[in-house]
Amino acid sequence: MSDLTRLTISQARAKLRGKEITATEITEAYLSEIGRANPALNAYVAVTGDKALDMAKASDARLVKGQGGALEGIPLGIKDLFGTEGVHTQACSHVLDGFKPRYESTVTANLWADGAVMLGKLNMDEFAMGSSNETSYYGPVINPWRRSRLDTVVMPTTHQGDGGFVSAGGTRTARSLDNAQLVPGGSSGGSATAVSAFLCAGATATDTGGSIRQPAAFTGTVGIKPTYGRCSRWGIVAFASSLDQAGPIARDVRDAAILLKSMASVDPKDTTSVDRPVPDYEAAIGKPIKGMKVGIPKEYRVDGMPEEIEALWQKGIAWLRDAGAEIVDISLPHTKYALPAYYIVAPAEASSNLARYDGVRYGLRVPGKDIVEMYEKTRAAGFGREVKRRIMIGTYVLSAGYYDAYYLQAQKVRNLIKRDFENVFAAGVDVILTPATPSAAFGIADEDMAADPVKMYLNDIFTVTVNMAGLPGIAVPAGLDPKGLPLGLQLIGRPFEEETLFQTAAVIEQAAGTFQPEKWW
Amino acid sequence: MSVDLQTVKRVARLARIAVSEEDAERMTGELNAILGFVEQLNEVDVSGVEPMTSVTPMEMKKRQDVVTDGNKAADIVANAPATEENFFLVPKVVE
Repeated sequence: MSDLTRLTISQARAKLRGKEITATEITEAYLSEIGRANPALNAYVAVTGDKALDMAKASDARLVKGQGGALEGIPLGIKDLFGTEGVHTQACSHVLDGFKPRYESTVTANLWADGAVMLGKLNMDEFAMGSSNETSYYGPVINPWRRSRLDTVVMPTTHQGDGGFVSAGGTRTARSLDNAQLVPGGSSGGSATAVSAFLCAGATATDTGGSIRQPAAFTGTVGIKPTYGRCSRWGIVAFASSLDQAGPIARDVRDAAILLKSMASVDPKDTTSVDRPVPDYEAAIGKPIKGMKVGIPKEYRVDGMPEEIEALWQKGIAWLRDAGAEIVDISLPHTKYALPAYYIVAPAEASSNLARYDGVRYGLRVPGKDIVEMYEKTRAAGFGREVKRRIMIGTYVLSAGYYDAYYLQAQKVRNLIKRDFENVFAAGVDVILTPATPSAAFGIADEDMAADPVKMYLNDIFTVTVNMAGLPGIAVPAGLDPKGLPLGLQLIGRPFEEETLFQTAAVIEQAAGTFQPEKWW
Repeated sequence: MSVDLQTVKRVARLARIAVSEEDAERMTGELNAILGFVEQLNEVDVSGVEPMTSVTPMEMKKRQDVVTDGNKAADIVANAPATEENFFLVPKVVE
């Protein structure tokens, strides 16, 4: 019954509670689909079939008694960055070779407490550093979406058959899929592909500069990075601690709201976890946005942005206006400095966080003639190129004599970026609408991006400001480009106003519809 | 600002990453591309601006100064590449 994999979380939840289906049935359906599809898509790096079936069985026992939790029996994929007890947790790096934690991250513990079922661990860019999921030790993830071509087919002159088409001019157009493989975005590329290709009902992801929202946009899925402090970072492998936030990737806005409700919590084990109760995000969906003030920042209209992105943005503006929102032009003058500031702050924090991988306490060890040589050889063999590059940048900008010029300057600019947002929110803007990415998904092994790391970094140009200011941001699919690839819009909200994002994203979803890739795998 | 080959080797040493001559040369180019990109931050007027220390205005939470955890030596060394009786084993550090 592979149909079960097509259910959204809200649909599956209703059928599970109504005893129309069992958690075991839906879990088996996903496991068999993963078995078929994963060789082509490479979304999972570890499948926990036995554990999944055990969890599903326990869920069924609870469902029978009417004691099911908010996510009872819902099969989820977990990004490899989340510590999962006794299960593969390597941040898709070789340096964490064989690591199986003796603890469970707070976010995943919250999901299991609500009854969710773990299908396995999802592929990602190594240590969440990348925008294409090509830096993974386990190889790239493939986007289930492919470009399609509009072919003009010359039709013989035919007469109109019963219910057939009229061949008036003698030609018609048909779409055919191109074979070129595309990236799903990153770093949560495995999460985005698994959700988009029906290999899990929803997935956990993390976002340091755009790692939830960019892959969501590239795969026609919904991804939300909540406010910094909303989800506990405890037990998640750290990349850049002042920017990292966990969030869900889901097939629609409602599913994202359901997942975030369970993932978010107040956690004494994370000192940056904020003491605020978690609201019922789902309740925000369907509320009218009449009178809401939507800001359109002129700085997001960047040079060389493809026409279809601008057109998509205009469509989004029209949908929100039609729904009764007030559209206002705003300015966020320091936008262009967010990405360069990020490429100082994030590598600096990463170089510090990744100092712990030294071959002593966990993971890979490469022997050396003394302890320093062991460290150096272990780290040389264990980290991939992109990770080394960022550790090197971070080490350099924090080194004696450069700290003020780079790190301190970047942290000052970061305050200016945050102030830009505070000013527009103080002026009454409720939510900001921007494109999610500057382009649709690009090809695997793109030569331009391989030659120049900065080109790859530019993928995060619209998303990274949100991390720098600690704000919530959601990417919601809004249409297809002329080649048939999904494109997303981003909504940015005030701190801890995720409800406004779900409410507004639902309006866009209502107007745009949802998007599924044509199955080729 | 840009880095030369010697600086790259020094930074690699600080970061405890062994690099070959070839690696160091490639990294020099890559690091300079990134440093060139971040250079534009110098044009921002930051006079009177404090560096950010916390993205959310909140006082850091402090827990009670009591023992909440412990007796997990076996868990702590469980993933280590080399151990002996709940100790991490490393090459000789002091002659």
